[in-house]
Amino acid sequence: MSSFQSITLATLTKDIRLEWRSKDALNSMLFFSLLVVVIFSFSFDPVAEESRHIVGGLIWVAFLFAAIVALNQTWARELRNQVLDAYRVSPAPANGLFLAKVLGNFIFVSVLEALMTPLFIVFYNLRALGPAWQLIPLAILGTWALVVNGTFFAAMSLRTRNREIMLPLLLFPISIPALMGMVQATTAILTGENSARFWILLLLTYDVVFTTACLALFEAILHAE
Amino acid sequence: MKRAFPILAVLTTAFVLYGFYLGLFVAPTERTMGDVQRIFYFHAPSGWTAFCLFFVNLIASVAYLIRRNLKADALAVASAEVGVVFCTVVLVTGPLWARPVWGIWWTWDLRLTSTLVLWLIYVSYLMLRRLTNNAQTPVLAAVLAIFGALDVPLVYFSIWFFRTQHPQPVIGGGGSLDPRMLHAFLINLWAFSCLGALVCWARYRVELMHREVEEAHALESLLDVVPKSEVEAKPAQRGSLQ
Repeated sequence: MSSFQSITLATLTKDIRLEWRSKDALNSMLFFSLLVVVIFSFSFDPVAEESRHIVGGLIWVAFLFAAIVALNQTWARELRNQVLDAYRVSPAPANGLFLAKVLGNFIFVSVLEALMTPLFIVFYNLRALGPAWQLIPLAILGTWALVVNGTFFAAMSLRTRNREIMLPLLLFPISIPALMGMVQATTAILTGENSARFWILLLLTYDVVFTTACLALFEAILHAE
Repeated sequence: MKRAFPILAVLTTAFVLYGFYLGLFVAPTERTMGDVQRIFYFHAPSGWTAFCLFFVNLIASVAYLIRRNLKADALAVASAEVGVVFCTVVLVTGPLWARPVWGIWWTWDLRLTSTLVLWLIYVSYLMLRRLTNNAQTPVLAAVLAIFGALDVPLVYFSIWFFRTQHPQPVIGGGGSLDPRMLHAFLINLWAFSCLGALVCWARYRVELMHREVEEAHALESLLDVVPKSEVEAKPAQRGSLQ
């Protein structure tokens, strides 16, 4: 196993084990998105016809806000005991660490989505009129789009003064095309009015472009002095 | 270079005033839209200048990441700030024109929305610069500038596709363009480009001076323990640390 793989695997298993024992991020994300579901339901009447058009936006906004909770905690753990400084002086590949963090967040947010989606279906009486299987590649690509840039910007905002405020300020403007892709594709699948193919392709492009950019520039961020 | 600035400033001011004169008095009134169409002579050149400045910002950011030259970083700050100002001008003059012509202040049309998203991206860039005042700021900002630039085509395509599914507002019909209108437009395009370059240059110089002052302050606090006369006797020391 190369050092890249072993670093990635070690960090990933460590993060998953920590999360499994504490369940801090997952619990707070779940409760947070539950609150969003309930609060949004007051702002409009969730009738089936109506909600099909709105829920695509709602579901992804809820996941985006909830993901911020997990993303903000990603690196905070490594700041304690100067783990990140140790990383900087070690010859370990920086991208291994980054990829492990992205995969970890991807798993946490995916679990959140798997648990929250049934709730959305029940609360808003949803039934897809379009090809429902497309929701699965859409969810994978959309979650990756949020998580890869989110993890990167979380590492960037570590160096700023109000760390927790900075992450959404950086992440949201850049995520606008991805968010638009997720929302429009979900609406297209739920209403069955038009095809979601363009949006899924857009998300794929977004993922490829920004994953490459993150991997190319993460080292500069980690070693920024 | 220092002496050139007032001369260039006077020339640019004259140029911009000439552009205003052409746009407001010489160019004929548009038949359907009336006088409000004249805002176009300032709206489009501002947009052009803003896009150019954002492009300069990208080049300067990439140059900084490669060379780690602090002058490139100063240029990145200057171009982003001035670019945001010109982009704000675009976003303000647009609705002023749209209200009488389209009957609405704002519509989520392709160009409006992508300009707004571009503005948001660069405001977040400036926020990042503001909220990190340490040695790492240039690297973080340069990285964010590259991310923003990568995002622009994606924003454009997503909104383009989104909007093709929806009715579009009608933009002024065809017909031939009066040569005086074209002249006024081109003069203003150049005048605004010069203005943008001038302000960006001024801001760049201010940024460099600001950094010099900061360094001098840092040095002064370091040398505080040494008697003043001794510091003055060694001016070379100050230069070597810059």
